[in-house]
Amino acid sequence: MDFSTFMQQMVNGISLGSMYALIAIGYTMVYGVLRLINFAHGDIMMVGAFVAYLANSAGVPFEISVVIAILAAMLTGILTDKIAYKPLRDAPKISLLITAIGISFFLENLFNVLFGGVPRAFAAPEYLTKILHLGSIVIPVTVIIVPVVTGLLLGITLLILNKTKYGMAIRSLAFDIPTVKLMGINADFIIMLVFAMGSALAAIGGIFYAISYPSIDPLMGILVGLKAFAAAVVGGIGSVTGAVLGGFILGFTEIVVVAFMPELGGYKDAFAFVFLILVLLFRPTGIMGQDLERSRF
Amino acid sequence: MKMVKISFLIISILFIWFAQNYIDPYALSILNNIAIFAILALSYNLINGVTGQFSLEPNGFVAIGAYITALFLISADTKVDMFALEDPAPIILAMSLDFLPALLVSGVVAAFVAFILSVPVFRVRGDYLAIVTLGFGFIIKILAINNPKYTNGAMGLNDIPEFSNLYWTGGIMILTMLAMLNIIYSKFGRAMKAIRDDEDAATAMGINTFWIKTYAFMTSAFFEGVGGGLLAALLTTISPDQFTFLLTFQLLIIIVLGGLGSMTGTMVGTILVIGGMEWLRFLDENMTIFGYETGAHPGMRMVVFAILLIIMMLFARKGIFQDKELTEIFKKGSK
Repeated sequence: MDFSTFMQQMVNGISLGSMYALIAIGYTMVYGVLRLINFAHGDIMMVGAFVAYLANSAGVPFEISVVIAILAAMLTGILTDKIAYKPLRDAPKISLLITAIGISFFLENLFNVLFGGVPRAFAAPEYLTKILHLGSIVIPVTVIIVPVVTGLLLGITLLILNKTKYGMAIRSLAFDIPTVKLMGINADFIIMLVFAMGSALAAIGGIFYAISYPSIDPLMGILVGLKAFAAAVVGGIGSVTGAVLGGFILGFTEIVVVAFMPELGGYKDAFAFVFLILVLLFRPTGIMGQDLERSRF
Repeated sequence: MKMVKISFLIISILFIWFAQNYIDPYALSILNNIAIFAILALSYNLINGVTGQFSLEPNGFVAIGAYITALFLISADTKVDMFALEDPAPIILAMSLDFLPALLVSGVVAAFVAFILSVPVFRVRGDYLAIVTLGFGFIIKILAINNPKYTNGAMGLNDIPEFSNLYWTGGIMILTMLAMLNIIYSKFGRAMKAIRDDEDAATAMGINTFWIKTYAFMTSAFFEGVGGGLLAALLTTISPDQFTFLLTFQLLIIIVLGGLGSMTGTMVGTILVIGGMEWLRFLDENMTIFGYETGAHPGMRMVVFAILLIIMMLFARKGIFQDKELTEIFKKGSK
């Protein structure tokens, strides 16, 4: 293993970690507000990637199809909340989890029926698929773009959460929903906002994923979604910075272990859960989390 | 009440004998399916409905049971021929047991795995259990694919001797039902319901919630392992792809439809869902609606069942029998 291979793996790890991070933010925000694992989140990511693919192959320019995909994912997220979660706000949490699984299964099978289960090649414009030669290191340009965009989006998210009126409302919902309602805040609108933000980030993560591993299928969201959730727990669920940190840790481990111990390659999809179980055993609140019952962003 | 139970028992035994001998093979295969799914759903309901611990693991335990039973039943010569990717490990060749001991070992191994799994997951409450158990199903599948020495990898096992018939599946289903009812009405069952309704209050009453949850989880895993063994000996061929989340999803619909926490409801739910799956088979096939060919749509049934599950949760959250048993409903009526 020489230096350039090592650097290459590092960059790959950062890139994969960024995708997990983008998806994990959505999990952590919804969990922070509703105390619900949004099982459908990975599938919303799939919807984003799929809509981008469909719009792009219908002749829409790539940039515009990305915007359409983000809007479609936001709409899916908001509709999921309105149809499946909102009527159950006062129900036992187990009911919410079951509907979440129902939505997830519905989206997967609907896309399976409509578009078939065969993986499709995701065509990205040339400037995103270029290969760069930096000295002896050969890297696709995406591995640089993805972390930069992720950093930017994380900055925007934190800015919205910490510096705006809406962000303050979201943070207060994480503490106590009934009191927030009494203060005259439209809680349902704020929750809608949370779903919209999370879904938009997931769609961007999904499109990055589709560009880097250039194929998409209706079931792509399951595993990536689960890993991103594991990332959110490792980082401390409820904390946005923690989710990003967890995403990077998970992405790195996956790339590094496979690069240095190729015989473990077949197990790479299991790392996330091993991590999850270890965190639950030794520090159930994760790296950045303080208190499971009272998470903050 | 005892009379009712005994007459139920006699009627079901007579029915099993009649069905095994006089019903055509297609209907018989559906009945076998119903019996096995009932075993799985009953035990799944113990942890999900009665104890209120929302877990998503049955596919993992069913896979464990199916593989262990299959490896015990297949003869050493067949294994040598079948394992194409790598030669079977010596311990795999040495595995050989009759059907009943093989099933029991499958159940015990599944229960042991459940015991290990319960240590991390019951440290925290609630939804973590769901996600860890979901991941557990994935891990079992990944292990099965990556250890061709023991499992023949992605190719799976075939030529499993067909031991399962309705006497086995139906008989074990009745045993499972009796075991579950006994647990529900015992000290343990009341403790489980207490945990479901209010865990803090249960702790305050001196219930060791960790052990009760672990006990429920292990019991559930035992019967899922046995059910998996029956499934392997019924299908005669298994592969890692059979034990995906789809299996868990079907069981989840069954227990939600029948009523979380009601064992008799689970029986009704099994018959409705498995029968409905057969009946709705036409949805997956090519249809002509007003002269328009729809083409084959594998997965259409699942869309219908997903919508059914969401509607159930929105409008009839408690299911058909709520959390009561059939006998309790009768008792209310006669009062």
